[in-house]
Amino acid sequence: MTRSERREAVAGWLLVLPAAALLAAFTHYPTVATLWRSLHGQALHGKPPSFVALANYRAMVKDPVFWQALRNNAVYSAAVIPLSMALSIVMALAVDAATGARIRGRTFLRVAYFTPTILPMIAIANIWLYFFTPGYGLIDRLLAPFGFGNWNWLGAASTALPAMIVVAVWREAAFYMIFYLAALQTIPPTLREAATLEGASRFTFFRRVIWPLLTPTTLFVFVNVVIDSFRLIDQIVVMTHGGPDNGTTILLYYIYEVGFQYWDSGYAAALTAVLLAGLAVVALAQFLLLGRRVHYG
Amino acid sequence: MKPRTGIPETLGAWLLGLAWILPLIWAIWAAFHAGTAATSFSPLAPLTLRNFVQAWKAAPLARGIFNTTVVITIALVSQFLLCTPAAFAFARLSFPGRDALFALVLVQLLVSPDILMVENYRTTAAFGLVDSLLGIALPYLGSAFGIFLLRQTFRQVPRELDEAARLEGLGPVRRLWQVYVPLARPTYVAYGLVLVSFHWNNFLWPLIVTNSVATRPLTVTLAMFSTPDQGLDWPVITAATLLSVAPLLVAFLIFQRQFMQNFMRAGIR
Repeated sequence: MTRSERREAVAGWLLVLPAAALLAAFTHYPTVATLWRSLHGQALHGKPPSFVALANYRAMVKDPVFWQALRNNAVYSAAVIPLSMALSIVMALAVDAATGARIRGRTFLRVAYFTPTILPMIAIANIWLYFFTPGYGLIDRLLAPFGFGNWNWLGAASTALPAMIVVAVWREAAFYMIFYLAALQTIPPTLREAATLEGASRFTFFRRVIWPLLTPTTLFVFVNVVIDSFRLIDQIVVMTHGGPDNGTTILLYYIYEVGFQYWDSGYAAALTAVLLAGLAVVALAQFLLLGRRVHYG
Repeated sequence: MKPRTGIPETLGAWLLGLAWILPLIWAIWAAFHAGTAATSFSPLAPLTLRNFVQAWKAAPLARGIFNTTVVITIALVSQFLLCTPAAFAFARLSFPGRDALFALVLVQLLVSPDILMVENYRTTAAFGLVDSLLGIALPYLGSAFGIFLLRQTFRQVPRELDEAARLEGLGPVRRLWQVYVPLARPTYVAYGLVLVSFHWNNFLWPLIVTNSVATRPLTVTLAMFSTPDQGLDWPVITAATLLSVAPLLVAFLIFQRQFMQNFMRAGIR
């Protein structure tokens, strides 16, 4: 290493260090601490928590609420991921100026689709609470002519989780539309003209040209929607508190409940460890299946 | 001349658009009408501002807006100051361990602070920052997203410019400040906008880490206000909701093109 190389190396480390230290303090340290804490019991009467080895995990396997949270999360993810992605693509295609045909009222539609992105989830939740109100909420009013109309959407086990899914999709599709829109605008308009000259239908054009070109965006969006589908619980906190009968409790909500309502940090840590393992699988799958194609570099 | 879309597509797109804007329109309708008129759809029902007055009086929204603004300022200044040098080093300096360190930074994109809320709460408590504005901002003082975004931008700065500055004897810090940062201005605007909108809307962590009116940001203030046991009627809650989204929403409606372009700029990887 020459002297100037050495100086550059020192400068590099010094410039990176403050940000890296903060990220480590709130991402890497807590990840490791979570695993360690999950092997400990609850701190009681000022005594330090005792080492309990795998007791928290054994309790977890026997905890019906944990299994229900996992099942709910599976349903939630399985619905939110494809619905959000499909709708965000459809929306982006509808309002994109460069590749698609012109649509009437494009500016209005863009604003309408995008608006949920800048609304807080809690405001969205409040508005949808009103929407779902039994009897006089908008949904019941729309359904009244068909003989429904007094249904407790958030209070019934069969509809509470779907209602949470609807709210999540409403927000996610709006948010990820913007990524597709950005990607569509990098597609040269000449491709569209060429396809028109060849007499390709719009569907063929989409399937053969646009969809392949969108692949990196799709992979990026996919990874992020998957993460979101484990993370998005604001509306659950506000609208259902995980109920009825834990019907809308997904894993992160259960962690929140155990950690901050039962204050059982050992068990919350064990639950977090499961969530971290799930995210690790996502990361690994991304790395193995997709390689560097969506890589952030 | 581009072809116009067919009727079924236009209709579908508009139905989707209505579904996406309807909740907001419904909220606006309810907020401007008194009691029973809020749930009947008679177009001639008298408009009123009573709900807004009542909401403003009953909920400490001004305090919430102030707290949110402080938290945003702390996070913005801290992230700009910390992510800029880190991004520059990752983009243009070579030092041992750089790539491994960058991979570690990217872990935060996967594991966001709210997933680790239990441990982060402990850390915040250890610093004595529970129920403080700094405590709300604490997990967000650094950001992998910011480092990543700025690194991408800095990598696009022509090497010749960097070399020229180097030949003039400028060290890394002055090159960063005089060459890179001015060229990255659009990225800072986009990044800042995404950050403002994220923290304006952030809910879970502030909910956990605050427990008094003095420190609650807008979202938590709104949530506390909207719980059913407050015994308030929906139009008032809806009015409070609209008041809290208004600053960002109005800014968006006025600058919608710039808003979307900036979100897109932050989204292009």
